[in-house]
Amino acid sequence: MNLTLRIWRQKGPEDKGQMVTYQVPDVSPDMSFLEMLDVLNERLILDGEEPVAFDHDCREGICGMCSLMINGEAHGPQRGTTACQLHMRQFKDGDTIDIEPWRARAFPVVKDLVVNRNAFDKIIAAGGYVTAPTGSAPEAHSVPVPKADADAAFESAACIGCGACVAACPNGSGMLFTAAKITQLSLLPQGQPERYTRVIGMVDAHDEAGFGGCTNIGECAAACPKGIPLNTIGRLNRDFLKATSKRAGTPGS
Amino acid sequence: MDLYTEGEPIADTRAPDGPIETRWERHRFEMKLVNPANRRKMTVIVVGTGLAGGSAAATLAEQGYHVKSYCYQDSPRRAHSIAAQGGINAAKNYRNDGDSVHRLFYDTVKGGDFRSRESNVHRLAEVSVNIIDQCVAQGVPFAREYGGLLDTRSFGGAQVQRTFYARGQTGQQLLLGAYQALERQIGLGNVEMNSRHEMLELVIVDGRARGIVVRDLVTGEISTEMADAVVLASGGYGNVFYLSTNAKGCNVTASWRAHRKGAYFANPCYTQIHPTCIPVSGDHQSKLTLMSESLRNDGRVWVPKAKGDQRAPRDIPEDERDYYLERIYPSFGNLVPRDIASRAAKNVCDEGRGVGPGGLGVYLDFADAINRLGRKAIEAKYGNLFEMYERITGEDPYEVPMRIYPAVHYTMGGLWVDYDLQSSIPGLFVIGEANFSDHGANRLGASALMQGLADGYFVLPNTLANYLASGPLEKVDASHPEAVAARTEVEDRLQRLLAINGDRTVDSFHRELGQIMWEHCGMERTEAGLRKAIDEIRTLRDEFWQRVRVPGDGEGLNQSLEKAGRVADFFELAELMCIDALHREESCGGHFRAEHQTPDGEAQRDDDRFAYVAAWEYAGTGQPVLHKEDLKFEYVHPTQRSYK
Repeated sequence: MNLTLRIWRQKGPEDKGQMVTYQVPDVSPDMSFLEMLDVLNERLILDGEEPVAFDHDCREGICGMCSLMINGEAHGPQRGTTACQLHMRQFKDGDTIDIEPWRARAFPVVKDLVVNRNAFDKIIAAGGYVTAPTGSAPEAHSVPVPKADADAAFESAACIGCGACVAACPNGSGMLFTAAKITQLSLLPQGQPERYTRVIGMVDAHDEAGFGGCTNIGECAAACPKGIPLNTIGRLNRDFLKATSKRAGTPGS
Repeated sequence: MDLYTEGEPIADTRAPDGPIETRWERHRFEMKLVNPANRRKMTVIVVGTGLAGGSAAATLAEQGYHVKSYCYQDSPRRAHSIAAQGGINAAKNYRNDGDSVHRLFYDTVKGGDFRSRESNVHRLAEVSVNIIDQCVAQGVPFAREYGGLLDTRSFGGAQVQRTFYARGQTGQQLLLGAYQALERQIGLGNVEMNSRHEMLELVIVDGRARGIVVRDLVTGEISTEMADAVVLASGGYGNVFYLSTNAKGCNVTASWRAHRKGAYFANPCYTQIHPTCIPVSGDHQSKLTLMSESLRNDGRVWVPKAKGDQRAPRDIPEDERDYYLERIYPSFGNLVPRDIASRAAKNVCDEGRGVGPGGLGVYLDFADAINRLGRKAIEAKYGNLFEMYERITGEDPYEVPMRIYPAVHYTMGGLWVDYDLQSSIPGLFVIGEANFSDHGANRLGASALMQGLADGYFVLPNTLANYLASGPLEKVDASHPEAVAARTEVEDRLQRLLAINGDRTVDSFHRELGQIMWEHCGMERTEAGLRKAIDEIRTLRDEFWQRVRVPGDGEGLNQSLEKAGRVADFFELAELMCIDALHREESCGGHFRAEHQTPDGEAQRDDDRFAYVAAWEYAGTGQPVLHKEDLKFEYVHPTQRSYK
């Protein structure tokens, strides 16, 4: 099939940037979306132009590096699918496809379709862990975890940190990402001791990084390639309320 | 042979002796410690943030060292360990099915086709149990039974169920555990994290590894970072084949630069071809996707009995199908080790019985398992893998059997290290897939995660202390002449790549190199093929340096420049792999020389001549020097592996 691509080109963080149109002929339906971009880039290089910069690594939907807004949808039209796993059989001959970077205040553009997502790491560093220095762990079977809790924790832990939730949110909020980690750890017995300091630390880091507030629109969960459910945010809010009422930090309160 | 020279034999002088069960314990006691107050004054560089690098950086920082960590991805959470699907082995014996540290040790030595070190493997089996404890304490959501205890499953090469897992995303969950421990240390100021940075050179001062030269991939800035020791956790080199299950960015550059500076490269020809990957669909293919080995627990592998049978799989009656793994290997059946399953697939395809486009595929069929357990149970176990398969191929594996074919997946070879995980350069430690030490000629499934975390959490933090305790080392900074020279080398090389301005892209060279390697240094190797490959690699490498086009400049993000440097190093490694494969005139594990096979087509080892580690010293491209380290087997007697 033959496609028309309109791609966001931006030389660097200071550049204004613009959409540029490219024709890509002979696209096979078995190609992945990124392989289609590879084909374009190979041609651009031979034509003496700069190839389009885009983030990608594992190309199997798990590393979370790819981050393309395709026709205004984070990761494109197929639900539960990252851009790298999207295949061209989802498109048809003659289509025009718009490709843009994630757009959010907390994710500044580095170049073309590449953005800086360090803000996510800062949220994790502010509490998205269990303090368990190497060597200090008790025997794994000393604390049984109900299967339902372990399964639900896994569901939230499946987040790949791609940032589609932020890109899809009209407020540029990172609440789904934050809530996924909060939910995972608060469902497990190992996460209990730090449960309330964690939620305050992570929410504060989220706000400081320039993410917008959550107004329960739900675009995040619809865009999430891993199906992180919206109710994780409800769980975060409950823990946050409880935590702020405990903020005095009195043990046992 | 004219392709290499042989140097002095080497030995692992750090390897302890005595009863194998107490070697690690005794060695740990005998090693020196660093006083906590002194740790704060010491800096350790860790390159790579996968399971090995992430866990090492976090643990070293917890112990009080100042750590500088580097990764080429935009976040340490994205290292390719994240893509490991199936699970992690540990000798917990929670199933009461006869498992033990000794059995895991035995299975791993045997699985590696008797080409690994007994002491290392025993230590790995010992610490495997601590890994599970550690990860559970971090909140890793492993699969559990209804009683709340951990679930396990079977994996290839073992008859016990010792593989712990988190659905089909075990690597992701373990890596996020290590990443979170690392982020905690970053938040506390104990680790200085440098993402989107790539190591391009090693700095050696007075014979010791003292720093690295890195390029900031966003600004293009080159800087020299100094430390008391350098740890490479930069992964394997499977991408030399272009098509592999590795992430696109995986590369050998950190290891290869260290090799050029004196670190021996061991057993480069030991590569693992994974039997269950989605077949290639066309010339545009940029990478291959693995379908977890755990699928072989319930999926049955078959091809039609008749050559060129074009019927749809469901139209082929039961008695016209050849479940060849079950037929040839009745006791392990579909769960034979990876090297054996891969070669069996190649053999049936070579016979003309392969399925799918080009006849390069075999069926992995779940119909029986779905009948037996119900679709729901299969969905719960493998749902995400089935979805992934459908997205890529457009076929529904609940209805139609999967088509699979072997693909390059893991590299057992890597930089040579001693028992302390120190390379032949003092102060340079190598952990995880980047070293060669534990898997011999073939790695068992679910053992990569085990080894990465064993090295990073439990082994390196002990052995590195022993090295640092011999200090303090003289203070050196980036103005040291050796550091300046290393930096200049990096800058010159980048300029040289940019200046060629030829008429072929980096990818076109990489693809062609990959084809040469797959053809001649892949699943089956011959002397004639390897000699041909070496000639072709040399010719293509010369052409690369004359005709490659790298657009743009070195100032700022330039993904073509990144790739060009990596491919240039792959060219040099590729030649060494072929030389290693050529010199090893036997078949073992993932290294199958067609000239050396048993009458029924199995790998024929030659223990008299080749029970050694081949450690290659760099002495100019195309002139490697071979050092042999003899392997001794005191506990597991080498036999012809049998999975029948």
